[in-house]
Amino acid sequence: MSKEYETVIGLEVHVELATKTKIFCSCSTAFGSAPNTHTCPVCTGMPGSLPVLNKKVVEYAVAVGLATGCQINQYSKFDRKNYFYPDNPQNYQISQLYLPICHDGGIEIETQAGSKTIGIHEIHMEEDAGKLVHDDWEEVSLVDYNRSGVPLIEIVSEPDMRSAEEVIAYLDKLRMIIQYLGASDCKMQEGSMRADVNLSVRELGSKEFGTRTEMKNIGSFKAIARAIEAERARQIDLLESGEKVVQETRRWNDEQGYSYAMRSKEDAQDYRYFPEPDLVPIEVSDQWLQEIRDRQPELRDQKCRRYVDEFGLPAYDAQILTSAKKLADLFEEAVKLCDKPKKVSNWLMGETMRLLKEHNMDPEDITFSPVNLAKLIVLADAGTINGTVAKEVFEQIFAKDIDPEQYVEEKGLKTVNDEDALRETIVQIIEDNPKSVEDYHNGKEKAIGFLVGQTMKAMKGKANPGMVNQILKELL
Amino acid sequence: MNLLSLTAVELGKKIKAGEVTVEEATRAALKAIEVKEEQVHSFVTVDQEGALKRAKEVQKKITEGALTGPLAGVPVAIKDNLCTKGILTTCSSKILYNFIPTYTAEAVLNLEHAGAVILGKTNMDEFAMGSTTETSAYGVTRNPWNTEHVPGGSSGGSCAAVAAEEACYALGTDTGGSIRQPSSFCGVTGLKPTYGTVSRYGLIAYGSSLDQVGPIAKDVTDCATILEAITSYDKKDSTSIERKEADFTSALVDDVRGMKIGIPRDYLGEGLDSEVKEAILAAAKILEEKGAIVEQFDLSLVEYAIPAYYVIAAAEASSNLERFDGVKYGYRTKEYQGLHNMYKKSRSEGFGAEVKRRIMLGSFVLSSGYYDAYYLKALRTKALIKQAFDQAFAKYDILLGPTAPTTAPKLGASLSDPLKMYLGDIYTVSVNLAGLPGISLPCGQDSKGLPIGLQLIGDCFQEKKIIRAAYAYEQSRIYQHSPLADQ
Amino acid sequence: MEQIKTGKNVILDQTIEYVGILAKLELSEEEKQAAKKDMERMLDYIDKLNELDTSQTEPMSHIFSVKNVFREDVAEHVDGGEDTLANAPERKDRAFVVPKTVDQ
Repeated sequence: MSKEYETVIGLEVHVELATKTKIFCSCSTAFGSAPNTHTCPVCTGMPGSLPVLNKKVVEYAVAVGLATGCQINQYSKFDRKNYFYPDNPQNYQISQLYLPICHDGGIEIETQAGSKTIGIHEIHMEEDAGKLVHDDWEEVSLVDYNRSGVPLIEIVSEPDMRSAEEVIAYLDKLRMIIQYLGASDCKMQEGSMRADVNLSVRELGSKEFGTRTEMKNIGSFKAIARAIEAERARQIDLLESGEKVVQETRRWNDEQGYSYAMRSKEDAQDYRYFPEPDLVPIEVSDQWLQEIRDRQPELRDQKCRRYVDEFGLPAYDAQILTSAKKLADLFEEAVKLCDKPKKVSNWLMGETMRLLKEHNMDPEDITFSPVNLAKLIVLADAGTINGTVAKEVFEQIFAKDIDPEQYVEEKGLKTVNDEDALRETIVQIIEDNPKSVEDYHNGKEKAIGFLVGQTMKAMKGKANPGMVNQILKELL
Repeated sequence: MNLLSLTAVELGKKIKAGEVTVEEATRAALKAIEVKEEQVHSFVTVDQEGALKRAKEVQKKITEGALTGPLAGVPVAIKDNLCTKGILTTCSSKILYNFIPTYTAEAVLNLEHAGAVILGKTNMDEFAMGSTTETSAYGVTRNPWNTEHVPGGSSGGSCAAVAAEEACYALGTDTGGSIRQPSSFCGVTGLKPTYGTVSRYGLIAYGSSLDQVGPIAKDVTDCATILEAITSYDKKDSTSIERKEADFTSALVDDVRGMKIGIPRDYLGEGLDSEVKEAILAAAKILEEKGAIVEQFDLSLVEYAIPAYYVIAAAEASSNLERFDGVKYGYRTKEYQGLHNMYKKSRSEGFGAEVKRRIMLGSFVLSSGYYDAYYLKALRTKALIKQAFDQAFAKYDILLGPTAPTTAPKLGASLSDPLKMYLGDIYTVSVNLAGLPGISLPCGQDSKGLPIGLQLIGDCFQEKKIIRAAYAYEQSRIYQHSPLADQ
Repeated sequence: MEQIKTGKNVILDQTIEYVGILAKLELSEEEKQAAKKDMERMLDYIDKLNELDTSQTEPMSHIFSVKNVFREDVAEHVDGGEDTLANAPERKDRAFVVPKTVDQ
């Protein structure tokens, strides 16, 4: 009988912070410039250059720490982590080992098995590395330091996760918290959120941890799930065949679906950490800590509760609306403008979600403004346009963020409320469709639907459906 | 008249008065360099063209009244570990044989704002690691008092340039005595300020927690004046300190009445040359005669300063020098196979023996399993040494002692035994560990005619006390020009 | 740790090899032997620190108790590219060129 195994997973999540400038110099963190544009002596390791800490980085790191239930180290320091690699211009990375800014926190995750707390061992601040591009034609790599020195926080979890599902739930929760704080956009595709997976297996019921491996920089939630499954299987295979798992760093190749060891004799993994002499310690005073606490925005769980209490939304709606900060922000802004929470919620949960899915987009990619959504709701609610027209207008808002008032005016989409004109059209419809009229009189209630449809068609969709129904019934 | 025999402040006055033009002063310096370099070799790079161009610009500003400071128009030599925009900066290392910075060190910028004319870059021990200026990749510098002897180091080129009167003054850097010891050997005055007083931005780091930039000149007045010019609170250097009373020249007063001066007994013990000891005690006597209260005391822990210093400096250096890898600037080996081979060959060919020795030691003491035993132990020792100084300064205004145990050794006599060379730093390194200011000034010569240096040490931020005492002592003697100066 | 207490440090060949990997230095056989001797001698000397009782003393990395030196999050530089690349031993367009870094 084969043994049963448990997977033990801890994550090291790197998040690029949404500061305007780098962590130790005033170069921009903007994307999309030519290589080495956003560089200066500091972030390219020029001799004699010195780092000066960006205050915003500390504030974001503390904010994330507070939102994840961490203790804040009110006395914190930077250390140098020494290793040679060309994306790291000084050949040491300024990071935190001995006194990281936050420690001992945790977040609650929900999986099908229920809720569970994943511990956070620590959060530390550090600098990102530059980018290496491998030349296709020559045996060379090209180094671009635009990303060198972009601020990162590394969130180190406890080895509390047992499955890919828990890992995804943890990452999702973390992403949500950080997005809500505005500390990062956490886009895995663009690399502003990256995860290293530490994984070991052990026999079910065992108290000892197995030997773990580390898989670096996996690019998406799906890839993480696949990497976890594959690594679990690999380790179990080793154990089953009487071999040992080697503690090592592995790289996951998602296309090929396997990982390989990154071992090299030049890679001693002895980082010779020591206190960074060029930076002074950070002291987060009680007052500063309180200021950061006071500025903390409402996080998802609180928001969710508030949507139910304040707006009377169903819990389900509140969950969906707060599933992305972008959606929640849109919701609140639009409600502020039109004061119709349920209607705003319906548009976001219905049409918006449908269109997002259709275009394979994330909520973060939404470009329309709450103003135009609110205007549309007002138009529809006042009966100025009917439901069909409203949907059509919304597609335009979604695509081009058009002003619905102007659009309806220009395209002549206003509902016809002129009773005489309607009556005239309906009389004509009844005349043209004797069969349906007969069906109706014979008790086929549905036939009226057909007549309504015909009327709407004749009115180019602009008729007020309530009035059409009313007049039809009266005339029949 | 030999313009270079003047002090910087004297020459500055003549320029201001219109008696001498900046160009004349600059040409005189360039001429002196041309004549003397063959014998002394103080410079790695002489920027003749840049200096003459700059001289004209500075003259114009002086004439217009836009530059009025005491150093306006005075030519200066800069140690080659301070970055100078557009001028080769090598740290006397092959690994930076072609490095032309695109920025200027803050201390040098401050001098430029004061109207300095940069003559060139002075030779040094490679990456400031050494006490003789013999570890330079560009040849040794010789002592202007006797060219058979070393000028000391690591700021040997700066001190030799001042002593040989190739420049009126110079900037040096001091990590474990690198301004004071060569000043002592070359018979000039050099001051190492309190850590954080002068910005380290643009100073190519050796031991970041110990490095300071400071002036080297003929006398105390010059040093105080130059220090005033280079002191600044620099937002680019996180360890920069905002100095409240930086009017150092106000301390140039011949009055030490009531000043309490302690002589660490440990600084007069075994290993100290008897002639040096005699000269130091004679200097102490003069200060006493001028009204100071001088007494000997036990500083304690003196013998632990060197081992602690070498652990800390080597550890920081091993990390600071990682950036020299053949990727972004400097030397890259010609043939290599793959990345790591390129790193190893570039660095092994680019660094000299002493630098490699310290990088190896520094990497070892930080490596897994040794960090606590060596690095943390050294940092704890540093804390104890600081405490010992705190106790001393509770009792004394300043401390007095020799700068170095001997006068300048002969060329080639030190390098064969590194440890022995390190022991020569015994009176200087603890000042860096504790972040204190220290000055070395001439106080006589030994029987071989080599200069002896007197060291005065102040508590943190108490430069004025050592300047005052040094100035008072200096009034008792006249400046001795080196034999090479008179050529 | 035992070897430290005795004050007679022995540096093994593999230690020199290992430190060479860490420091990215390639030493000739002769240099290795010299480095071993140098390091042994220096460590014997450094072991003098073990005479001191530092159990009650905190390590001091910074001399002054200066804290919280920050910059504000305001961008300053426009395009540092040319200055950054001015001293490059090898460049291609606006990037530094290094031997291929793909693992293995």
